[in-house]
Amino acid sequence: MNTTNDTPLLRVSDFSVSFQMYDSALEQKELKVISDLSLTVYPGEIVAVAGSSGSGKSLLASAVLGLLPNNASIGGTIAYRGEILSPQRQKALRGKEIALVPQSVAYLDPLMKIGPQVDGTKKPLPTQKRRKIFSRLGLPEKTERLYPFALSGGMARRVLVSTALISDANLIIADEPTPGMTLEQALEALTIFREMAKEGKGILLITHDIDLAFAFADRIAVFYAGTTLEIAPSKDFQTGPEALRHPYSQALWRALPQNGFVPLSGFQPYAGHLPAGCLFAPRCPYKRERCEKEAPSMRNVRGGEVRCFYVT
Amino acid sequence: MKERLFRLGSALAVEILKMLSLLLAVSIIAFALVSASPVDPVQQYILGIGPVSEEQRAEIEEYWGVDDPPVERYLNWLSSLLKGDLGVSSLYRRPVGDIIGERFANSLALMLCAWLFSGGIGFALGCVMGINRDRWPDRIIKKICYLLSSVPTFWLGLLLLLIFSVWLQWLPVGFSSPIGVLDSEVHLWQRLYHLILPALTLSLASFANIALHTRQKLIDVMENEYVLFARARGEGKGTILRRHGLRNILLPALTLQFGSFAELFGGSVLAENVFSYPGLGSAVAEAGLNSDIPLLLGITLFSALFVCVGNLIADLLYRVVDPRIREAKR
Amino acid sequence: MRNKKRWNRRTRVLFYTVFMVALLSAAYLAGLLIPEDAVASDFMNAKLPPSFEHPFGTDSLGRDLFLRTLKGLSVSITVGISASFISAVIAVLVGVAAAVGSKRLDGVICWIIDLFMGIPHTVLVLLISFALGRGLKGLLVGIAVTHWTSLARVVRGEVLQLRSCQFVAVSRRLGKSSGWILRNHLLPHLLPQFFVGLILMFPHAILHEASISFLGYGLSPEQPAIGIILSESMKYLSAGLWWPAVFPGLTLVLMVLLIDKLGDNLKRILDPYSAQE
Repeated sequence: MNTTNDTPLLRVSDFSVSFQMYDSALEQKELKVISDLSLTVYPGEIVAVAGSSGSGKSLLASAVLGLLPNNASIGGTIAYRGEILSPQRQKALRGKEIALVPQSVAYLDPLMKIGPQVDGTKKPLPTQKRRKIFSRLGLPEKTERLYPFALSGGMARRVLVSTALISDANLIIADEPTPGMTLEQALEALTIFREMAKEGKGILLITHDIDLAFAFADRIAVFYAGTTLEIAPSKDFQTGPEALRHPYSQALWRALPQNGFVPLSGFQPYAGHLPAGCLFAPRCPYKRERCEKEAPSMRNVRGGEVRCFYVT
Repeated sequence: MKERLFRLGSALAVEILKMLSLLLAVSIIAFALVSASPVDPVQQYILGIGPVSEEQRAEIEEYWGVDDPPVERYLNWLSSLLKGDLGVSSLYRRPVGDIIGERFANSLALMLCAWLFSGGIGFALGCVMGINRDRWPDRIIKKICYLLSSVPTFWLGLLLLLIFSVWLQWLPVGFSSPIGVLDSEVHLWQRLYHLILPALTLSLASFANIALHTRQKLIDVMENEYVLFARARGEGKGTILRRHGLRNILLPALTLQFGSFAELFGGSVLAENVFSYPGLGSAVAEAGLNSDIPLLLGITLFSALFVCVGNLIADLLYRVVDPRIREAKR
Repeated sequence: MRNKKRWNRRTRVLFYTVFMVALLSAAYLAGLLIPEDAVASDFMNAKLPPSFEHPFGTDSLGRDLFLRTLKGLSVSITVGISASFISAVIAVLVGVAAAVGSKRLDGVICWIIDLFMGIPHTVLVLLISFALGRGLKGLLVGIAVTHWTSLARVVRGEVLQLRSCQFVAVSRRLGKSSGWILRNHLLPHLLPQFFVGLILMFPHAILHEASISFLGYGLSPEQPAIGIILSESMKYLSAGLWWPAVFPGLTLVLMVLLIDKLGDNLKRILDPYSAQE
């Protein structure tokens, strides 16, 4: 499903996020959490951003929506349908063109019934449309009269998805939609996303469940220490390490239970303690002298993109 | 529905039982305290009514049960209390129940005004502080709140009295009605006129608490995940405050207001004494100073009842209003 | 460099704290050292407005209000400190008992706390003062007995939390006695709580002292308590004598604010994590 000829729905270019922090001695310090990130999402496509926790991937969702905390500063650009987004533009688009499917029921107002909550602030209230969406998602009619605490895990997931469907947004950012769900529920949720993609929407799926990302996305961006190390069609991940490009992607593949459970030694570096050269160099089995001095940029290798000097 | 009512009913029963146990304890403590007092109630009573004969004295002593052991005296007092007889005030020479009823009507007017006013203003200012966190409106109002909570209520009353009654002469110096006018002839507006300063004093003394609490609560709510999601769905700041902010801070604020009856009553004692306002607060101070034991006991019990009712309402409010508790399955 | 800066901030807080303590002690000592005849009646100089000679003016009996106020402040400080101290001791004892005792004891103590919160404090202090024949003793006991409840709740919560902590469980498993655990684990945590609680209670105790004296329950009318001065001032308010009402009250408020600030600082020194805002 490669539609490279269209304009991408979302294009993130050379994007970086850093935080102004005060440390204990009241000195300002800049923490770089996302660096040099580039990513595209085309209509009809599911792109998974996969990485372990602490890699900064959830900040990406906030950044696209313009919801970063005040002490964050950004570099690079985010473009929606080719138009570079300003904060004002982000404000205008969010909830209309770009929708977020949040992680959990904690993102719903605990004191507001589901019906009015999903309807949102649109006038006139899209009640009929919402009922159609609910029945399509298999939510019982009484759901609209419940409070969030009364929802079961699966119902909550579908309610959260319905908030994106009711908006008619074309780009949907799903932030960790599967944790806490049974396998069936997770598959069901991802099936809904696939249906949305078939309608021509673009979906950015942020997840740490690498297995699920391998199975469901069209393309996978492997996220590490605030940037992408490899972006490749998911069939490469299904094929195995020989089809993959970056040593980290290969290590991730081997670390999966069904592939031998081989752990990768070392730790992901934390923001504020990033290595000077390639972010993966300290853990890379193939690293050379150049890797520790100079940061590689993304380049095309065998139909995918990879951030490495030496992979062929 | 039936089950829900049943649960509410049993919760109510438990709370009322607890309240009764507290009131019983209050009655014991209060009685023990006034019994321990060096003041001789018979002597005080006789001082109040003038010279008495030996028989009269013996009668009065018997009424007070001077020769009975304290426990028996307490039980006598309690049993007449349960029959609705609170005794006779030696200061006013009238049944304590009547005095409390009359004075409470006055105090209620005062406390209700202050309660509504401080609650409304405090809540509004708390919201203003909360949404302007760390900007100048927040800083200024916060300073004022801290300042007001360091000012003794009675001095605040004194200052208001000095400014509005003595210097500007806009408002009267005291009493809930003009002197020399019959109670039935007092117009409502005259009553209000005499209510303004005490109510203002009491409001100023109590709004800081609710304002600071509302501020903190609103800040907590606005940092919540559901507010972030509301923003992600394109809701503006005003909409979020109306749709999610108020909804989530109103209940804690109301609970706090109902839970603050003790402070309200305590404040009213001071405010009433500054303005000679004829409510329970000035009566309790007079009762103590004049060793009017029946009145002192009666008002103490009544004030405890008043506080307990407030706490009961606060507790029930949560059960009735908050869906998480209301509809929770055990 | 970094360490030096942190130290500077800490020194600054310490410096302010020492300064405030010195100021309070000065007010306290001044009140104690002023001889009685300096505040004796002097009808020639009655009802004088503030002047260079009498900064706060004189009252209806010609007593210097500035000196009376100072004397009143030292009474307030005495009552405030003693009452807060007694109250804080009660709070710690009750809180610890509730947390380490049986479940039933805990229930009883919580009920007692509810009981004390169920009577308006002003009324309870009046009652206790009445029982003890008014005067200083009644005032002190009354304030001490009414102020311990919230700190007791805090201590109870703290001890419950500490008890479930790992290092306490380890000590217990190592066969250390309850007394040893109390001395070595609980006390070091409770001591700062005790001092912070005490200093936070202090301004409340002073405000209560003034209020109760104002109502005529505290000290006898000749004694120079702020509440009494203000209560006397009411008689002459309508005659335009504003200074006896304004200055002593203002001084009281300033002192309460000072102690509040002192409490904040002390909290920052003893318990740096809780004072982030």
